[in-house]
Amino acid sequence: MSNPLLCVRELSKSFGERRAVDKVSFSLEAGRTLGLIGPNGAGKSTTVSMICGLLRPDGGEILINGESLTHGTAALRREIGLVPQDLAIYEDLSTHENLHLFGALYGLTGATLKSRCDEALDRVKLADRAKDKPATFSGGMKRRLNIAAALLHQPRLLILDEPTVGVDPQSRNAIFDSLESLQREGCALIYTSHYMEEVERLAAHIVIIDHGRVIADETPAALYRRLPAQAALEVEFAREPLADWLDAVATRPGVTSCSHAGERLHIGLTDAAAGLPLINWMAEQGWPPAHFATARADLEDIFLTLTGRTLRD
Amino acid sequence: MTALFALIRKDLILFLGDRRALFVTLAMPILLGAFFGYLFGGVSGKRETHLNVGLVQQDNSEASQKLVAALKSEPSLTVTELGRDEARDKVTKGKLHAALVIPPGFGEAAGSAFFSQGSKPEITVYYDPSQGAALQMVKGLITQHAMQAVSGEMFGGKGGERLVERSLADLEKTPNQTAEVRDLRGLLGSLQTFQKNRAAPERANEAGKGNVGLSLPFVTRDEAMSSGPDQYNGYAHSFAGMAVQFILFMGIDTGIAVLLAKRQGIWNRLLASPLSENTLLLARALSGALIAFVLICIIFAVAALFFGVRITGSVIGFVGVCASFALLASSFGLLVAAFGRTPEAARSLAIFVTLILVMLGGAWVPAFVFPEWLQTATLVVPTRWAVDGLDAMTWRGQGLSVALPAMAVQLGFTALFGMLALWKFRQQRA
Repeated sequence: MSNPLLCVRELSKSFGERRAVDKVSFSLEAGRTLGLIGPNGAGKSTTVSMICGLLRPDGGEILINGESLTHGTAALRREIGLVPQDLAIYEDLSTHENLHLFGALYGLTGATLKSRCDEALDRVKLADRAKDKPATFSGGMKRRLNIAAALLHQPRLLILDEPTVGVDPQSRNAIFDSLESLQREGCALIYTSHYMEEVERLAAHIVIIDHGRVIADETPAALYRRLPAQAALEVEFAREPLADWLDAVATRPGVTSCSHAGERLHIGLTDAAAGLPLINWMAEQGWPPAHFATARADLEDIFLTLTGRTLRD
Repeated sequence: MTALFALIRKDLILFLGDRRALFVTLAMPILLGAFFGYLFGGVSGKRETHLNVGLVQQDNSEASQKLVAALKSEPSLTVTELGRDEARDKVTKGKLHAALVIPPGFGEAAGSAFFSQGSKPEITVYYDPSQGAALQMVKGLITQHAMQAVSGEMFGGKGGERLVERSLADLEKTPNQTAEVRDLRGLLGSLQTFQKNRAAPERANEAGKGNVGLSLPFVTRDEAMSSGPDQYNGYAHSFAGMAVQFILFMGIDTGIAVLLAKRQGIWNRLLASPLSENTLLLARALSGALIAFVLICIIFAVAALFFGVRITGSVIGFVGVCASFALLASSFGLLVAAFGRTPEAARSLAIFVTLILVMLGGAWVPAFVFPEWLQTATLVVPTRWAVDGLDAMTWRGQGLSVALPAMAVQLGFTALFGMLALWKFRQQRA
């Protein structure tokens, strides 16, 4: 990448004896989205907090357009918008009053503030609820307002920390539409989430953090290439399969792995097309599946492959 | 400044939006101020003390009857004659402030003791230990009326004639006629002559009136030293005290709001903007102070409209004392939040500290009731300066020169509390 908007170099932070972030580095260009994933306690939030200026790093540096944010000036901090995981809005202020407050924090006043509020409300599809209090909103609407509050000062880098927690599908789509339009307008996004399909939809670049360290920093396609299995087959039998027969399954063409829990089998496949012949073969062997389903391998599988544990561990 | 004003505006909207909390914040000091003001004497400041006293009359002498009649005619007493056991029971149960037992032979023994160093008769006083002031008042009234009744009987009553006659006979039989005995015989002889020369009808007239005998050689003229005649208003102090107490409680909310914002993640969101934590805390302190100032003004406006409280001193001084206390309350809230760390811990700590501050500040009872050493010691308590400053500007009618020290001390504490709070918050972020 040339001339990145954000450049994080060797960023480190400790809390007492515990090293929360250990020499984390990555960069992000304008108009791109970086997916930041990792289990709870991996160091994502600490990294995000340092980028936002909420925590002072012990080491390393953060550059915005080549300028150091470590001792950041107000002007540099205006380039960043934060959508925190917590709903950082006042439920007893109206939607408009909330936006008025957050806009004023960035020095916006008068007609500019009003037009920015209107634009933000249009973008998150809450224009018709400007006078209502968030206390009367659904969880998804509150999340959208949470995002709108971060857009008023037109940041060039928007950091979204789990922005869709507890959101209904309708609001989730509205949020994604908003974020994709921001991308098209040149805004860079850092997106942390436990929902892997969300990260895959938005992010051109994925950084996986575990135990405070970056363990992968690649495009989604490159990450998938690391997987031995590109698809998975979930099969359920009427009774628990015999161990000898399971050994035979593992040697079938296209099968990369085979594990079972009771009557359920999880089979890794080099290709989804290998699934149907395998089902037929099982039926011929006298083990017709009661149910079966195929699935594409996802970031969860990638994380499991890289760390040996799941994202929600 | 745009951001600072926006943060203050936000706090004001949130405060005014919670109508129920606003009502309680205003209603509580007004209700309690009215109640304590009534107890402290109300508008006139001259609440009459009235005591219910039991009387166990075991002596039928004329002196005793005169004493009982005098006590019954005392406007500050309601005297009820009872048996001894009933009197004890009613005092024990708090139904009487005190009860007097006039023992058999009181009149004669008191007369004898009047002219000699012999043993004196005892009037037993049963009293409620929670009514110490009532005991002193009852004893004062007995002393006054007993002196008047016994001396009246001695100088003009039949009992006195008999006593003088018997005393003279006893003195004549005394073997050792010293100079003192001879002087006493002379005095009693003159008294006997005085008694015999008094016309019987005159005695009869005076007997029931009790106007013969010794009486207090003076009367008092009471003059209240406040801002002017009849300017003292018991509500002025109570409203000052309750306003100080409840504004301090409101100040706690100023700090708790910061801790709740931290817990909800809003504080970090605010800090992600190009503002320092000091600016956020300053905005919170200013909005809290503004709300506190307006509340004090409303509380005193109600006191003026409905309870006759007047600012008889400097109006500028009054505004200054209110404003400096509002700032003090706000910085106190931030200090409590900084050291409490969680809303729950901060609230518990704050309630304890606030109650201590208002108690020692003279908000419940005026500081002049304190022992002298405590009056001096509580000068280091900031609320003492607030309450005294408000008293000085209202019923004491003092000028700006008296308000200035009160304002200066409060602003000094405001600065101290504020700096400590900023230091602690900064330490927690590091």
